[in-house]
Amino acid sequence: MCGTCGCGKPDEAGTAGHVHESHAHDEHGHSHGHHGHEHATQTTTLIQVGQALLAENDRFAAQNRGLFDARKTRCFNLISAPGAGKTTLLEKTLEALRARSVGCAVIEGDQATDLDARRIAKTGVPVVQIETGRSCHLDAHQVQHALEDITLPAGGLLFIENVGNLICPTEFQLGEHERVTIVSVAEGHDKPAKYPLAFRTATAVVIAKTDLLAHVDFDLAEARRLVRGLNPNAPVFELSARTGEGMDRWLSWLQSPR
Amino acid sequence: MHELSIACGLVKTAVNEAERHGASRVVSIELVLGALTGVEPEALSFCFPMAAAGTTCAGAELKIEIEAAKGRCGRCDATSEVRDLMSPCPHCGGWPLGLEGGREMRVRALEVT
Repeated sequence: MCGTCGCGKPDEAGTAGHVHESHAHDEHGHSHGHHGHEHATQTTTLIQVGQALLAENDRFAAQNRGLFDARKTRCFNLISAPGAGKTTLLEKTLEALRARSVGCAVIEGDQATDLDARRIAKTGVPVVQIETGRSCHLDAHQVQHALEDITLPAGGLLFIENVGNLICPTEFQLGEHERVTIVSVAEGHDKPAKYPLAFRTATAVVIAKTDLLAHVDFDLAEARRLVRGLNPNAPVFELSARTGEGMDRWLSWLQSPR
Repeated sequence: MHELSIACGLVKTAVNEAERHGASRVVSIELVLGALTGVEPEALSFCFPMAAAGTTCAGAELKIEIEAAKGRCGRCDATSEVRDLMSPCPHCGGWPLGLEGGREMRVRALEVT
Protein backbone atom coordinates (compact mmCIF):
# COMPACT_ATOMS: atom_id res chain seq x y z
CA MET A 1 0.00 0.00 0.00
CA CYS A 2 1.15 3.52 -0.72
CA GLY A 3 2.38 4.87 2.57
CA THR A 4 1.39 8.37 1.59
CA CYS A 5 -2.20 8.20 0.53
CA GLY A 6 -3.29 4.64 1.22
CA CYS A 7 -4.35 4.13 -2.37
CA GLY A 8 -3.43 0.46 -2.35
CA LYS A 9 -7.08 0.22 -1.33
CA PRO A 10 -9.85 0.01 -3.94
CA ASP A 11 -9.70 2.91 -6.36
CA GLU A 12 -11.24 6.03 -4.90
CA ALA A 13 -9.75 8.53 -7.32
CA GLY A 14 -11.34 11.92 -7.03
CA THR A 15 -12.47 11.46 -3.42
CA ALA A 16 -12.25 14.77 -1.65
CA GLY A 17 -9.20 15.04 0.54
CA HIS A 18 -7.50 12.09 -1.09
CA VAL A 19 -4.84 14.31 -2.52
CA HIS A 20 -1.56 15.21 -0.97
CA GLU A 21 1.21 17.67 -1.53
CA SER A 22 3.35 15.66 -3.96
CA HIS A 23 0.77 14.40 -6.38
CA ALA A 24 -2.88 13.74 -6.94
CA HIS A 25 -4.26 10.32 -7.79
CA ASP A 26 -5.56 11.22 -11.19
CA GLU A 27 -2.08 12.30 -12.30
CA HIS A 28 -0.74 8.81 -12.37
CA GLY A 29 -3.67 6.46 -12.39
CA HIS A 30 -2.71 4.50 -9.29
CA SER A 31 0.44 2.77 -10.48
CA HIS A 32 2.73 4.66 -8.17
CA GLY A 33 5.41 2.28 -7.05
CA HIS A 34 7.75 5.01 -8.21
CA HIS A 35 7.23 7.49 -5.42
CA GLY A 36 7.60 5.52 -2.22
CA HIS A 37 11.19 6.60 -1.71
CA GLU A 38 10.41 10.29 -2.23
CA HIS A 39 8.15 10.41 0.78
CA ALA A 40 10.51 8.50 3.02
CA THR A 41 12.68 11.59 3.24
CA GLN A 42 9.82 13.84 4.38
CA THR A 43 10.22 15.10 7.91
CA THR A 44 7.41 14.26 10.23
CA THR A 45 6.34 15.80 13.53
CA LEU A 46 5.14 13.88 16.54
CA ILE A 47 2.10 15.31 18.31
CA GLN A 48 1.38 14.05 21.80
CA VAL A 49 -2.35 13.54 22.12
CA GLY A 50 -3.13 11.59 25.30
CA GLN A 51 -6.84 11.56 24.62
CA ALA A 52 -9.22 8.74 25.45
CA LEU A 53 -10.05 6.62 22.41
CA LEU A 54 -13.75 7.04 23.14
CA ALA A 55 -13.39 10.69 24.11
CA GLU A 56 -16.27 11.85 21.94
CA ASN A 57 -18.69 9.28 23.34
CA ASP A 58 -17.46 9.98 26.87
CA ARG A 59 -18.12 13.70 26.38
CA PHE A 60 -21.74 13.08 25.35
CA ALA A 61 -22.10 10.61 28.23
CA ALA A 62 -20.92 13.23 30.72
CA GLN A 63 -23.44 15.72 29.29
CA ASN A 64 -26.21 13.11 29.57
CA ARG A 65 -25.23 12.45 33.17
CA GLY A 66 -25.48 16.17 33.83
CA LEU A 67 -29.04 16.18 32.44
CA PHE A 68 -29.99 13.19 34.62
CA ASP A 69 -28.48 14.71 37.74
CA ALA A 70 -30.16 18.08 37.15
CA ARG A 71 -33.53 16.30 37.29
CA LYS A 72 -32.44 13.87 40.00
CA THR A 73 -33.30 11.05 37.62
CA ARG A 74 -31.47 7.80 38.17
CA CYS A 75 -30.45 6.14 34.91
CA PHE A 76 -30.08 2.38 34.35
CA ASN A 77 -28.46 0.91 31.24
CA LEU A 78 -29.82 -2.61 30.65
CA ILE A 79 -27.50 -4.93 28.72
CA SER A 80 -28.10 -8.53 27.69
CA ALA A 81 -28.04 -10.95 24.78
CA PRO A 82 -31.14 -10.97 22.58
CA GLY A 83 -33.95 -12.91 24.20
CA ALA A 84 -32.71 -12.73 27.79
CA GLY A 85 -35.97 -11.11 28.82
CA LYS A 86 -35.03 -7.45 29.13
CA THR A 87 -38.33 -6.15 27.83
CA THR A 88 -40.47 -8.46 29.95
CA LEU A 89 -38.45 -7.58 33.04
CA LEU A 90 -38.87 -3.93 32.18
CA GLU A 91 -42.64 -4.25 31.68
CA LYS A 92 -43.12 -5.93 35.05
CA THR A 93 -40.72 -3.51 36.72
CA LEU A 94 -42.58 -0.48 35.34
CA GLU A 95 -45.94 -1.86 36.44
CA ALA A 96 -44.63 -2.47 39.95
CA LEU A 97 -42.97 0.94 40.16
CA ARG A 98 -46.15 2.63 39.03
CA ALA A 99 -47.98 0.92 41.88
CA ARG A 100 -45.33 2.44 44.15
CA SER A 101 -45.86 5.89 42.51
CA VAL A 102 -42.32 6.07 41.14
CA GLY A 103 -42.01 8.16 37.96
CA CYS A 104 -40.29 6.34 35.09
CA ALA A 105 -39.27 6.81 31.47
CA VAL A 106 -37.74 4.43 28.96
CA ILE A 107 -35.39 4.67 26.00
CA GLU A 108 -35.58 1.58 23.81
CA GLY A 109 -32.69 0.63 21.57
CA ASP A 110 -33.16 -1.87 18.77
CA GLN A 111 -31.61 -2.37 15.38
CA ALA A 112 -35.05 -2.25 13.79
CA THR A 113 -38.76 -1.89 14.60
CA ASP A 114 -40.53 -0.21 17.49
CA LEU A 115 -42.09 -3.44 18.73
CA ASP A 116 -40.48 -3.16 22.17
CA ALA A 117 -41.40 0.51 22.48
CA ARG A 118 -45.02 -0.36 21.75
CA ARG A 119 -44.94 -3.02 24.46
CA ILE A 120 -43.54 -0.51 26.93
CA ALA A 121 -46.01 2.18 25.86
CA LYS A 122 -48.85 -0.10 26.98
CA THR A 123 -47.64 0.28 30.56
CA GLY A 124 -48.39 4.01 30.27
CA VAL A 125 -44.75 4.98 30.79
CA PRO A 126 -43.24 7.54 28.36
CA VAL A 127 -40.98 5.73 25.92
CA VAL A 128 -38.81 6.80 23.01
CA GLN A 129 -37.37 4.38 20.49
CA ILE A 130 -33.89 4.57 18.99
CA GLU A 131 -33.54 2.46 15.88
CA THR A 132 -29.82 1.96 15.52
CA GLY A 133 -30.02 0.58 11.98
CA ARG A 134 -26.76 -1.19 11.29
CA SER A 135 -25.23 -0.36 14.64
CA CYS A 136 -24.93 -3.03 17.29
CA HIS A 137 -24.99 -0.81 20.39
CA LEU A 138 -26.31 2.48 21.67
CA ASP A 139 -23.92 5.38 22.03
CA ALA A 140 -24.18 8.47 24.20
CA HIS A 141 -24.84 10.74 21.22
CA GLN A 142 -27.91 8.74 20.17
CA VAL A 143 -29.16 8.81 23.74
CA GLN A 144 -28.72 12.59 23.90
CA HIS A 145 -30.98 12.96 20.85
CA ALA A 146 -33.52 10.60 22.37
CA LEU A 147 -33.51 12.78 25.50
CA GLU A 148 -34.80 15.66 23.36
CA ASP A 149 -38.01 13.69 22.89
CA ILE A 150 -38.66 12.65 26.46
CA THR A 151 -39.28 14.40 29.75
CA LEU A 152 -37.08 12.99 32.46
CA PRO A 153 -39.13 12.05 35.52
CA ALA A 154 -37.88 14.32 38.30
CA GLY A 155 -36.71 12.18 41.18
CA GLY A 156 -37.62 9.08 39.17
CA LEU A 157 -35.95 6.44 37.06
CA LEU A 158 -34.87 6.27 33.43
CA PHE A 159 -34.28 2.86 31.89
CA ILE A 160 -32.27 2.51 28.71
CA GLU A 161 -32.79 -0.87 27.10
CA ASN A 162 -29.67 -1.36 25.03
CA VAL A 163 -29.51 -3.33 21.80
CA GLY A 164 -29.51 -7.06 22.54
CA ASN A 165 -25.78 -7.76 22.50
CA LEU A 166 -23.30 -8.76 25.20
CA ILE A 167 -20.19 -7.47 23.44
CA CYS A 168 -20.60 -4.17 21.66
CA PRO A 169 -22.40 -2.05 24.27
CA THR A 170 -19.81 -2.68 26.99
CA GLU A 171 -17.32 0.10 26.21
CA PHE A 172 -19.93 2.75 25.43
CA GLN A 173 -20.93 4.76 28.48
CA LEU A 174 -24.33 6.39 28.01
CA GLY A 175 -24.18 8.53 31.12
CA GLU A 176 -25.94 5.89 33.21
CA HIS A 177 -25.60 5.65 36.98
CA GLU A 178 -26.00 1.90 36.97
CA ARG A 179 -25.26 -0.73 34.38
CA VAL A 180 -27.31 -3.89 34.71
CA THR A 181 -26.20 -7.00 32.84
CA ILE A 182 -28.93 -9.61 32.47
CA VAL A 183 -28.54 -13.31 31.72
CA SER A 184 -31.43 -15.76 31.64
CA VAL A 185 -31.28 -19.36 32.83
CA ALA A 186 -32.37 -20.43 29.33
CA GLU A 187 -29.01 -19.27 27.97
CA GLY A 188 -26.59 -21.45 29.90
CA HIS A 189 -24.58 -20.87 33.06
CA ASP A 190 -21.34 -20.34 31.12
CA LYS A 191 -22.54 -17.05 29.60
CA PRO A 192 -20.53 -14.93 32.06
CA ALA A 193 -17.35 -16.82 31.11
CA LYS A 194 -18.01 -16.35 27.40
CA TYR A 195 -18.81 -12.63 27.66
CA PRO A 196 -16.82 -11.65 30.75
CA LEU A 197 -16.50 -7.91 30.12
CA ALA A 198 -20.27 -7.39 30.16
CA PHE A 199 -20.34 -8.87 33.67
CA ARG A 200 -17.11 -7.24 34.79
CA THR A 201 -18.34 -3.73 33.92
CA ALA A 202 -21.83 -4.19 35.39
CA THR A 203 -22.84 -2.52 38.64
CA ALA A 204 -25.60 -5.12 39.07
CA VAL A 205 -26.31 -8.52 37.53
CA VAL A 206 -29.71 -10.12 37.00
CA ILE A 207 -30.15 -13.87 36.53
CA ALA A 208 -33.58 -13.93 34.90
CA LYS A 209 -36.30 -16.47 34.13
CA THR A 210 -35.61 -18.49 37.29
CA ASP A 211 -39.07 -20.04 36.89
CA LEU A 212 -37.49 -22.13 34.09
CA LEU A 213 -34.75 -23.60 36.31
CA ALA A 214 -36.58 -26.92 36.63
CA HIS A 215 -36.69 -27.29 32.85
CA VAL A 216 -33.13 -26.37 31.80
CA ASP A 217 -29.61 -27.56 32.62
CA PHE A 218 -28.57 -24.30 34.20
CA ASP A 219 -26.11 -24.67 37.07
CA LEU A 220 -27.05 -21.73 39.25
CA ALA A 221 -24.13 -22.22 41.64
CA GLU A 222 -21.67 -22.17 38.74
CA ALA A 223 -23.25 -19.03 37.27
CA ARG A 224 -23.00 -17.35 40.68
CA ARG A 225 -19.35 -18.39 40.99
CA LEU A 226 -18.48 -16.96 37.58
CA VAL A 227 -20.33 -13.69 38.16
CA ARG A 228 -18.76 -13.30 41.60
CA GLY A 229 -15.29 -14.04 40.20
CA LEU A 230 -15.68 -11.45 37.47
CA ASN A 231 -17.37 -8.89 39.64
CA PRO A 232 -17.07 -9.29 43.42
CA ASN A 233 -19.04 -6.15 44.26
CA ALA A 234 -22.14 -6.02 42.08
CA PRO A 235 -25.38 -7.20 43.67
CA VAL A 236 -26.85 -10.26 41.94
CA PHE A 237 -30.61 -10.59 41.56
CA GLU A 238 -32.12 -13.97 40.78
CA LEU A 239 -35.66 -13.42 39.65
CA SER A 240 -38.58 -14.33 37.45
CA ALA A 241 -40.48 -11.44 35.96
CA ARG A 242 -43.22 -13.88 35.00
CA THR A 243 -43.94 -15.30 38.46
CA GLY A 244 -42.69 -12.29 40.42
CA GLU A 245 -40.23 -14.41 42.40
CA GLY A 246 -37.27 -12.26 43.50
CA MET A 247 -38.78 -9.07 42.13
CA ASP A 248 -39.16 -7.31 45.48
CA ARG A 249 -35.43 -7.26 46.17
CA TRP A 250 -34.76 -5.97 42.64
CA LEU A 251 -37.37 -3.23 42.97
CA SER A 252 -36.01 -2.15 46.34
CA TRP A 253 -32.53 -1.90 44.87
CA LEU A 254 -33.79 0.22 41.96
CA GLN A 255 -35.40 2.62 44.40
CA SER A 256 -32.71 2.64 47.04
CA PRO A 257 -31.04 6.04 47.42
CA ARG A 258 -27.32 5.98 46.62
CA MET B 1 -18.68 -4.75 14.86
CA HIS B 2 -18.44 -1.82 17.27
CA GLU B 3 -14.83 -1.30 16.17
CA LEU B 4 -16.03 0.57 13.07
CA SER B 5 -17.69 3.28 15.16
CA ILE B 6 -14.58 3.39 17.36
CA ALA B 7 -12.41 3.76 14.25
CA CYS B 8 -14.61 6.63 13.04
CA GLY B 9 -14.19 8.37 16.41
CA LEU B 10 -10.45 7.79 16.29
CA VAL B 11 -10.19 9.34 12.82
CA LYS B 12 -12.21 12.35 13.97
CA THR B 13 -9.85 12.85 16.92
CA ALA B 14 -6.77 12.52 14.72
CA VAL B 15 -8.13 14.84 12.00
CA ASN B 16 -8.95 17.51 14.59
CA GLU B 17 -5.57 17.24 16.31
CA ALA B 18 -3.71 17.37 12.99
CA GLU B 19 -5.69 20.42 11.91
CA ARG B 20 -5.07 22.14 15.23
CA HIS B 21 -1.33 21.71 14.65
CA GLY B 22 -1.50 22.88 11.03
CA ALA B 23 -0.53 19.47 9.70
CA SER B 24 -1.69 18.37 6.28
CA ARG B 25 -1.41 14.64 6.66
CA VAL B 26 -1.36 12.00 9.39
CA VAL B 27 1.41 9.45 8.81
CA SER B 28 0.79 7.24 11.81
CA ILE B 29 -1.34 7.00 14.94
CA GLU B 30 -0.11 5.49 18.19
CA LEU B 31 -2.77 3.83 20.25
CA VAL B 32 -2.59 2.16 23.64
CA LEU B 33 -5.17 -0.57 24.13
CA GLY B 34 -5.59 -2.48 27.35
CA ALA B 35 -5.76 -6.26 27.23
CA LEU B 36 -9.00 -6.20 29.23
CA THR B 37 -10.95 -3.77 27.05
CA GLY B 38 -13.75 -4.66 24.69
CA VAL B 39 -11.87 -3.43 21.64
CA GLU B 40 -10.35 -6.08 19.39
CA PRO B 41 -7.08 -4.75 17.91
CA GLU B 42 -7.40 -6.79 14.72
CA ALA B 43 -10.95 -5.66 14.10
CA LEU B 44 -9.97 -2.05 14.76
CA SER B 45 -7.04 -2.30 12.32
CA PHE B 46 -9.39 -3.82 9.75
CA CYS B 47 -11.94 -1.00 10.09
CA PHE B 48 -9.48 1.86 10.33
CA PRO B 49 -8.68 2.30 6.58
CA MET B 50 -12.41 2.51 5.80
CA ALA B 51 -12.92 5.18 8.43
CA ALA B 52 -9.80 7.04 7.30
CA ALA B 53 -10.58 7.06 3.57
CA GLY B 54 -11.02 10.57 2.22
CA THR B 55 -9.55 12.24 5.30
CA THR B 56 -6.09 13.48 6.28
CA CYS B 57 -5.68 10.08 7.98
CA ALA B 58 -6.01 8.15 4.71
CA GLY B 59 -3.10 5.74 4.43
CA ALA B 60 -1.94 6.38 7.98
CA GLU B 61 -0.40 3.50 9.85
CA LEU B 62 -2.21 2.43 13.01
CA LYS B 63 0.29 1.36 15.67
CA ILE B 64 -1.43 -0.43 18.55
CA GLU B 65 0.45 -1.12 21.75
CA ILE B 66 -1.28 -3.61 24.01
CA GLU B 67 -1.20 -2.69 27.68
CA ALA B 68 -1.01 -5.90 29.69
CA ALA B 69 -2.99 -6.41 32.88
CA LYS B 70 -1.55 -7.74 36.10
CA GLY B 71 -3.26 -10.38 38.14
CA ARG B 72 -2.63 -11.44 41.71
CA CYS B 73 -3.79 -14.90 42.64
CA GLY B 74 -5.89 -15.05 45.78
CA ARG B 75 -4.85 -18.67 46.35
CA CYS B 76 -1.04 -18.70 45.89
CA ASP B 77 -0.39 -14.93 45.90
CA ALA B 78 1.65 -15.14 42.67
CA THR B 79 1.55 -12.20 40.27
CA SER B 80 1.20 -12.84 36.54
CA GLU B 81 0.45 -11.13 33.29
CA VAL B 82 -3.21 -11.50 32.37
CA ARG B 83 -4.40 -11.74 28.77
CA ASP B 84 -8.12 -11.92 29.43
CA LEU B 85 -10.64 -11.81 32.25
CA MET B 86 -11.03 -15.58 32.45
CA SER B 87 -7.27 -16.31 32.59
CA PRO B 88 -6.44 -18.53 35.57
CA CYS B 89 -3.25 -18.21 37.61
CA PRO B 90 -0.44 -19.80 35.54
CA HIS B 91 1.16 -21.14 38.73
CA CYS B 92 -1.71 -22.86 40.54
CA GLY B 93 -4.71 -22.57 38.21
CA GLY B 94 -6.58 -20.38 40.68
CA TRP B 95 -9.32 -18.01 39.54
CA PRO B 96 -10.37 -15.25 39.86
CA LEU B 97 -7.30 -13.06 40.07
CA GLY B 98 -7.16 -9.62 41.60
CA LEU B 99 -6.75 -7.50 38.49
CA GLU B 100 -4.89 -4.30 37.91
CA GLY B 101 -4.57 -2.28 34.68
CA GLY B 102 -5.46 -3.45 31.20
CA ARG B 103 -8.33 -1.00 30.81
CA GLU B 104 -6.46 1.76 28.98
CA MET B 105 -7.88 3.04 25.67
CA ARG B 106 -5.88 6.06 24.67
CA VAL B 107 -4.66 7.86 21.56
CA ARG B 108 -1.06 8.52 22.58
CA ALA B 109 0.45 10.39 19.65
CA LEU B 110 0.21 11.28 16.00
CA GLU B 111 3.01 11.47 13.48
CA VAL B 112 2.13 14.18 10.97
CA THR B 113 3.58 16.16 8.09
